[in-house]
Amino acid sequence: MNTFAAPLIDYSALGPILIVVVAALVSVLIEALVPRGARRFLQVILTFGSLVTAFVWLISIRNTRVITGDGAVAIDGPGLVMQGTILLLAIFGAMLVSERSLDSMGDSFAPRASALPGSVDERELAARGHTQTEIWTLYLFAVTGMLLFVVANDLLIMFVALEIMSLPLYLMVGMARRRRLLSQEAALKYFVLGAFASAFFIFGAALVYGYTGTISLPEISESISATTGETGLILIGLAMLLVGLFFKVGAVPFHQWTPDVYQGAPTPITGFMGAAVKVAAFGALMRLLYVGFSGMQWDWEIIIWIVAILSMVVGSLIAITQSDIKRMLAYSAVAQSGFILVGVAASTAAGIAAVMFYLIAYGFVTIGAFAVISMVRDSSGEATHLSKWAGLGKKSPMVAAVFSIFMLSLAGIPLTSGFVIKFSVFAAAIEAGATWLVLVAVGASVIAAFFYVRVIVVMFFSDPTENTATVAIPSAFTTIALAAGATITVVLGIIPAPLIDLVSNAGIFIR
Amino acid sequence: MNPSNYIILASLLFTIGAVGVLVRRNAIIVFMSVELMLNAANLAFVAFARMNGNLDGQTVAFFVMVVAAAEVVVGLAIIVTVFRTRQSASIDEPNLLKY
Repeated sequence: MNTFAAPLIDYSALGPILIVVVAALVSVLIEALVPRGARRFLQVILTFGSLVTAFVWLISIRNTRVITGDGAVAIDGPGLVMQGTILLLAIFGAMLVSERSLDSMGDSFAPRASALPGSVDERELAARGHTQTEIWTLYLFAVTGMLLFVVANDLLIMFVALEIMSLPLYLMVGMARRRRLLSQEAALKYFVLGAFASAFFIFGAALVYGYTGTISLPEISESISATTGETGLILIGLAMLLVGLFFKVGAVPFHQWTPDVYQGAPTPITGFMGAAVKVAAFGALMRLLYVGFSGMQWDWEIIIWIVAILSMVVGSLIAITQSDIKRMLAYSAVAQSGFILVGVAASTAAGIAAVMFYLIAYGFVTIGAFAVISMVRDSSGEATHLSKWAGLGKKSPMVAAVFSIFMLSLAGIPLTSGFVIKFSVFAAAIEAGATWLVLVAVGASVIAAFFYVRVIVVMFFSDPTENTATVAIPSAFTTIALAAGATITVVLGIIPAPLIDLVSNAGIFIR
Repeated sequence: MNPSNYIILASLLFTIGAVGVLVRRNAIIVFMSVELMLNAANLAFVAFARMNGNLDGQTVAFFVMVVAAAEVVVGLAIIVTVFRTRQSASIDEPNLLKY
């Protein structure tokens, strides 16, 4: 009879994840037990309380470097930095989700997601001021999945975290209060394609397991360097794992869902998703490549090069033709994924630091930009068509100026965070010998600058028409998120050194 | 019996599932094809566990089953909502979002 040895689990190192998952479970109980009127208040308190507590806990364990749970979870420098980024982005994202002043009908979410769009049922619920508080439960579960995704040290945990992150997101995408047909369509597309991609991920994991006999990333790495000869199985396995992760980051040719989901989803969810999922998925991608498949760098480097070039070029070119601002930002997100992949291709300590720096700065720009989009409205809700933004700079100079800061940052103009992050990623890649890749990236940034600057031109250099949208007055929630996004974008552009030190001191992934 | 036959079977099932997702129109069938892909992965995991002589693969199979069940809950919720709105489960019909 085998004796069962319980695995040692360092609960303190897992604290942030545990706090958020317990909060998510409590949130389920609130939905089940608390009367409807009191739910929203409790859920908001619980969400912000747990996210802030988790962040404080994370700061208190910032020097922890440990592999725990029998090798399943690796709490290391990059993992902690990315967990912290996800928590901060989640806090500001939650502020957008809590906003109730912008829409005359309440928050951004359908009173009841199951009610038919346009039905009597729905109108009655809206008239009674029904709000849906399940969104908080889903939000907390999605954050849990992201926190686990960046520290997952074996393929099983990585897969489970991927699903914990994705499943609530599929649902949240389909819950918009207005334009519900678009929202539901986006949810359907995101779900079907997302499930398809995760199936590739898990089958790839099966093939890697077949080749190496283990699912733990460090052991996979050992096994790869110990084995010689036939490598077909592991190459196909790695390719399929990468399909799953490239899908999540929205890199070409796995980007097809991005524009539809960005456009259809409720804007606060788009902002949160665009920022935090990217951090989580790039964290997992880097850990997979650097810890698990470091011995096969010659094989995966070429894949990263191709996908990076395709993402940058295709994303930038198609974004030029877009007339919807959310859709344009979606293609911009595809292009940005390509720029981040340039840093991933560097695969040095400087590369890891540059990618983390990029993810932090990009995340805040994204949240801020979507906060502005949620404020620009006309009678039918958010005015996302670019023609309705014409002359906005003359009607509401402050808001237009803040949005211009975000656009300039995405374009990579000096004195904004966008310049510093692009510079650090490109510098790391050149140092690692990827000069050609950087040349393509610089070319793509020039193309990308065109459509970012075009938005500024539309806002400031054309006259307002009767179609021009108005800017709704937000409550403190959106104001704080927007102010934080703009401040961080400018401050990182002028004094980036403290954050660069922080990400550089985080070191590399432990194994 | 040679365990590598099971790997071939798993690959076949995975391919059938993947082709099913790409060519079928009905959302429920597409969804079933995804489940087939997940179960093909399960079969591969269990067969590889037998070949490698450790239990990791069998453990993974249990987790994948749980994840697949959770995915059914979420997926059916989305598909049923879309069906109630449009009176159709076709995956090609929702086409408001494009270009």
